[in-house]
Amino acid sequence: MTYAALAVVALVFVLPLLWMLSVSLKPTREVLRPDLLPQHPTASAYREVIGLGADDPGTLRGDRRIESGKFNYLLYARNTLVIVVLSLVGMVLSSAIAAYGFARLEFPGRRALFAICLATMMIPFPVLMVPTYMIFKYLGWIGTFRPLWVPAWFGSAFNIFLLRQFFLGIPKELEESAMLDGCSRWGCFWRIMLPLSKPALAVVALFHVLAVWNDLLGPLVYLSHQDEFTLALGLQFLQSRSGDTPWNELMAASTLIILPVLVLFVFAQRTFIRGIATTGLKG
Amino acid sequence: MRSGRQSLLTGLLWTAPWWLGFLLLLAGPMALSLYISFCDYPLLQPPVFVGGANYKQLVGDPVFHKAVANTVVYAALAIPLGTVFAVLLAVLLNRRVRGQALFRACVFVPTIVPLVAAGLVWMWLLNPEYGLLNTGLRALGLDQPPLWLESPRWAMVSLILVSLWFLGSPVMIYLAGLQEIPEELYEAATLDGASATRRFWHVTLPCLSPVILFNVVIGIITAWQVFALPFVMWRTRPGPDRATYFYTMYLFDNAFNYLKMGYASAMAWVQLLIILALTALVFVVSRRTVHYRGV
Repeated sequence: MTYAALAVVALVFVLPLLWMLSVSLKPTREVLRPDLLPQHPTASAYREVIGLGADDPGTLRGDRRIESGKFNYLLYARNTLVIVVLSLVGMVLSSAIAAYGFARLEFPGRRALFAICLATMMIPFPVLMVPTYMIFKYLGWIGTFRPLWVPAWFGSAFNIFLLRQFFLGIPKELEESAMLDGCSRWGCFWRIMLPLSKPALAVVALFHVLAVWNDLLGPLVYLSHQDEFTLALGLQFLQSRSGDTPWNELMAASTLIILPVLVLFVFAQRTFIRGIATTGLKG
Repeated sequence: MRSGRQSLLTGLLWTAPWWLGFLLLLAGPMALSLYISFCDYPLLQPPVFVGGANYKQLVGDPVFHKAVANTVVYAALAIPLGTVFAVLLAVLLNRRVRGQALFRACVFVPTIVPLVAAGLVWMWLLNPEYGLLNTGLRALGLDQPPLWLESPRWAMVSLILVSLWFLGSPVMIYLAGLQEIPEELYEAATLDGASATRRFWHVTLPCLSPVILFNVVIGIITAWQVFALPFVMWRTRPGPDRATYFYTMYLFDNAFNYLKMGYASAMAWVQLLIILALTALVFVVSRRTVHYRGV
């Protein structure tokens, strides 16, 4: 009984993804048929969206979109990766440094500052969308990747909170004895704290990669040219013109976007689940 | 012994990434947004102070009313439904059976799927003519299955259905919560002759209630920000009767399509106040119902 229920539930959750894969392997003339499996599986849809030998891309401004080239997986993946890497380094490093300050240093006003930090977690991105757009526009950053990675270098309240909790769980004595041996604060942080915090840092890094990979609103607001698009924005753009894009291509593009995070998930499943569980229980 | 002044300096230096970000990317922009919300600001011309005109206009704006109503309906349906489903799924996935890890992975996998891709996949699954769901419903003998995304009545249902597909994170949080419940409580309840159902109501649910509260608060905050899924699924057409036009979508359109930055900022502030008020309300209500185990 339990087993049957579990099997049905698991199937329901995975079926949409299997269906996506199946449609992506169908030749265009088979797309409208409800067969679960393609009769003549082909990679032609993948060839259309992978972006080898693509024509030059056009531009987009708000809703006034100028028709242009196709979905270019390789280009969009490169753009997304650039943003992921540039922001990831800053997010992990800055969050860890600030978290260390809140966890280990005694200074007047620390409690108040940390309380403000926690409170800011409540503020949703849409509230900040307009003013940050104005600021980035003033800086001339619209149409560049900078609005999408520079803010990460200030850490995030949530990650600071997460890492602080983890740091508090590490015994102080380790650092105290190191400091007696002449180790500096930074040395303690860099050589003792960070290596001991790898599990927590992995959680932060993983969720950050996922968030960037997934983000639509940020790129939609800040990027204007098709050759700067991220994967999520590129797929949305392809779909917004879907009158002329066959579904096997849309599903092939979707599959290609999901694949890297799926691989990441398979390799880091434990980190994922531990991360979600701890954030939920300590929140 | 170091002086207070020096320790303050060291502390501020270490926490600098956070408070610099707070000033530059949060407090500053929010102050700016508050000012702009009292201005007429069509982006290309400088802002002109107009007092509370934007807020007054919101009160009488039928599209704003529609967007608020849709968001309220969505939150009011998706959050309770999602909570019930997630708790039940967690209880199910907590059973010790062979392949438990695989079953858990299956439920969790959709949460890592980018929303744009998920929106596309579900658009095709729910396609009235060629979609897998209606093909199945027709095979079961239903002659006229719903039009899903294209019907004003079913569009919201479709979106809630898709939101249930993303339950993986709350399920994992509840699973972790279930594992924190001491085995003795269940043993004691069984000794007292409590049935499985009674054990669920009187042991599992009370012990899980703080976790449920956390998820409900997160649910409220995210429901008011729903954007990517409906944006992808109904962008090419505005959606039947704006049935799935949500708060953040209208905010986005005001800001970046109609270039009404002042009006959009007023919407943003109203949104923030609504979220804060709802969260406060949840905490007040939870005082009576949430049970914190003495630790």
